[in-house]
Amino acid sequence: MNKLIVSPAPHVHSGNSIRKEMVSVLIALIPAYLVALYYFGVGAIIVSVTSVISCVIFEYLIQKFLIKGENTVSDYSAVLTGLLLSFNLPSNLPVWIVVIGALVAIGVGKMSFGGLGNNPFNPALVGRVFLLISFPVQMTSWPRPIAWNTAYLDAETSATALSALKEHLGNIPSLFDMFVGNMGGSMGEVSALALLLGFVYLLFKRTITWHIPVSILLTVFIMTGIFYLVNPQTYVSPIIHLLSGGLMLGAIFMATDFVTSPMTKTGMTIYGIGIGIITVVIRMFGSYPEGVSFAILIMNAFTPLINTYIKPKRFGEVRKNG
Amino acid sequence: MKTFKMGGVHPPENKFSAGKKTKIISLPQQVIIPLRHYSGNPSVAEVSRGEIVKVGQLIGRANGFISANVHSSVSGKVSKIDNAMDAFGYKFPAVFIDVIGDDWLDEVDLSPEVKRVCNLEPHEIIKKVAEAGIVGLGGATFPTHVKLSIPQGKKAEVLIINGAECEPYLTCDHQLMLEKGEEIIIGISILMKAIRVKKAIIGIESNKMDAVLNLEKWAKTMEGIEVVPLKVKYPQGSEKQLIQALTGREVPSGALPIEVGAVVQNVATTFAVYEAVQKNKPLIERIITVTGKSVPEPGNYWVRIGTPFTHIIEETGGMPQDTGKVVAGGPMMGRALPSLDLSVAKGTSSILFIPSSESKRGKVFNCIRCAKCVFHCPMGLEPYLLMNQGEKQMWENMEENRVMDCIECGSCSFICPSNRPLVDYIRYGKSTVGTMIRNRKTQKS
Repeated sequence: MNKLIVSPAPHVHSGNSIRKEMVSVLIALIPAYLVALYYFGVGAIIVSVTSVISCVIFEYLIQKFLIKGENTVSDYSAVLTGLLLSFNLPSNLPVWIVVIGALVAIGVGKMSFGGLGNNPFNPALVGRVFLLISFPVQMTSWPRPIAWNTAYLDAETSATALSALKEHLGNIPSLFDMFVGNMGGSMGEVSALALLLGFVYLLFKRTITWHIPVSILLTVFIMTGIFYLVNPQTYVSPIIHLLSGGLMLGAIFMATDFVTSPMTKTGMTIYGIGIGIITVVIRMFGSYPEGVSFAILIMNAFTPLINTYIKPKRFGEVRKNG
Repeated sequence: MKTFKMGGVHPPENKFSAGKKTKIISLPQQVIIPLRHYSGNPSVAEVSRGEIVKVGQLIGRANGFISANVHSSVSGKVSKIDNAMDAFGYKFPAVFIDVIGDDWLDEVDLSPEVKRVCNLEPHEIIKKVAEAGIVGLGGATFPTHVKLSIPQGKKAEVLIINGAECEPYLTCDHQLMLEKGEEIIIGISILMKAIRVKKAIIGIESNKMDAVLNLEKWAKTMEGIEVVPLKVKYPQGSEKQLIQALTGREVPSGALPIEVGAVVQNVATTFAVYEAVQKNKPLIERIITVTGKSVPEPGNYWVRIGTPFTHIIEETGGMPQDTGKVVAGGPMMGRALPSLDLSVAKGTSSILFIPSSESKRGKVFNCIRCAKCVFHCPMGLEPYLLMNQGEKQMWENMEENRVMDCIECGSCSFICPSNRPLVDYIRYGKSTVGTMIRNRKTQKS
C-alpha cells in the first residue's frame, strides 16, 4: 500500500496565494492605466514598461547573485512595484531616471530588507521620493494631458493643480476635469474616477478593506474643509484637495500596501488618519506642493508601533478590575 | 440570518453525502474498542481475556470524574486487552473482541417504538447518561454527564443544541436530524429536564433546511424548543461561536459556557441520550460519513464502535486509487491518519479520502502582512504574530497575546496566501504555555 500523507489540520486551503493578491491589485490598476495611456500616450507606455521591466530584472538579479535565494519574481510583487512606481512618475521622465528609481525601489526599498514581507517602507514610494529629491526638476515638470499624445521627452508641460495653488497661479482645472483625469500630474494619479473604480474592485475581491483609504480621504476632507470654512479666500475647497495630486492613488493603492500597513482595522484607521493629517500639513505649510508620499512613508515607520499597541477586539474580553 | 460576529471563513462545502440514507455496516470479525475516547482518564477494563460478552455489556468502567464508561458493541469473546493506536497516533489500551453472533443484553429495548414520556428525576437522568458512557459526539468527546452536572453557584438558563455541522464534507449529523428527528427532540426534552431549563435552541446551518424543517415539525410537539437556521460560516459549530450566534452572549475568555448560562450539546449526543434514557441502550454505535472527492458513492453509515476502518472501507467500495491522505473527521479540524489500522472511536465522525493532488500543503512564503488571518480569526487573535513568537519560542509574549483563547479552527491557515502553518505554531504555543500555566498554579498552591 502506498504511504499515507500525515499533516496537522486543516487539510484544505482557500487556494489564495500571494500571486492572486498581486494580480487583483494589478487588475484594479487597469482603469487608471487606460486613462494614463489616453492622456499621456507614448510617454506613459515608455515609462511604465521601463519601470516594470527594470523592477523585475533588478529583483531577479539581486535574488540570484546577492541573496542567492529562490527566484521570487513569479509572485508578481515586483511587477506591481514597477507599475505603481511608474504611476507616481511624470510620463516625460527620461528612461535612465526611471531605471534608477526602479533600482532604489527594489534594491533599497525591498530586497535590502530580505524581500517581500520584510520591507518597512513601501518600495515604490521609496523609489519615487528618492527621485523627487535627486531630480527635482525632471520630477516636477508635468506633461499637459492631450488625448492620444505621441510626444515623450518633448511633451508640452503644465503645472499641476497643487503647484498652481502653491504658487498662486490660479489656473486650476475644472472639478469635472480633475475627476476624470484631464489635468497635469504623475501618469497614474490624475483620474480619481479610474482609481475609485479600482478601489471598488479591490473591495469586491476583498483584497483590501475600506479602512485605510476612507480614513485618509475623510481626514483630508475634514481638515481642509475646516480651513476652507474659516478662510475661503486663502484656502481652496476640500473637494479640490481630494481630487488633486496623488491623494487618491496614495490612499487607495500606496497606503494599503499589505506589508507596510497595520494589521488591525483600528490600527488601519489610526494609520489613515495620520497619513491624512501629515498630507494636509505638508500641502498647506510645507515647501513641497504635494505630501502624500512623505505622509505614507512617515506612517509606514509607525506601523510596527501601531501593531504593538492596537490589538484586535478579542472574543470574550474580560475587563481588568471588573 | 443569525451567525457569530467576528471572523470566520467559508470553505467549499463539498457535502457529497448529503441526503444519503444511512446504511448499516455489517459486523466485522473483530472489533477493537478503545478504553479512552476523550481527553479524560482511560477507563479500567472490566473484562478479562477469554470472557464472553454481550452487546451493551460494560467492559470499561469510568475512572474518576472526567472519564466515561465503555460498553461492548458486539457479542463474542474477548481475545485480548492490549494497546492499540488511536487517530492521534498514540497507543492506548483497548479491548479486542472476536465477534460471535449478535446477542444483546436483555435490558436493552430494541423495539422500533418511540418512547416519548420520561418520568425520571434530573439526577437519575444524569446517572443514566453516565452509565451509558455518553460523550460529546461532535468530536471533542468530553463526557456528557460532566457537562450536565452544573457546578455549585452556577445556573443553566438555556440548552443549546449544536446541529451546525460547519465542517465541509460531513453529513452524519445532518442525516441523523433527517431520520431521527422525533428521538432528537425527545432527547432534548430529557436534557432540559436534567439541567432544569425551560428553553432549548437548536442551531442548524441554512445549507440543511430540510433538517431545520424536520426538527421544527417535531419541536412543536414539545414545550420550549426552538429551531434557528444559521448563516453558513465556519466555525459555527464551535461552542463559543454557536452560543454567540444563538443568544448574542459572549463566553468570557478562559471560562466555560455555563458562565453565560448555556449548556451546549451536539445533536448526535442528544440522540444517544434518548437511546440511553428511554431505551437502556448504551453508546455503542454512531453514524459516520464516508466521503471524498474520488469516492464513488459517498454515504452515511451506522457503525459499531470499535469497527476497524479497513472493514468499513471494504464495505463502502474501497479506498480510491488517488488517495493521498485519509482524515478522521472534517478537513478543517480532522486528524490525518498515519495508517488504516485503526478502529472507530466514539468521536469518529467520518472517514474522508483526500486525493493526493490536494494532500500536500503549498510552499510556504514570507508573511506579507495582508492581515487576512487577523480579520478571519473568530477569536480576535493575531495568528501571524503568534506564529512569529512561536518560531522564536517567546512563550510569555504568546500568553500575553491570548494564545490560550485559540480554538484551533484553522481559519488562519486556510486563508493565508503565503501558506503559512499558522495554527501549527499556535498549537505548539498552546501546549507549552498550558504547561507553564499549570506549573505556576501548582507552585502557588
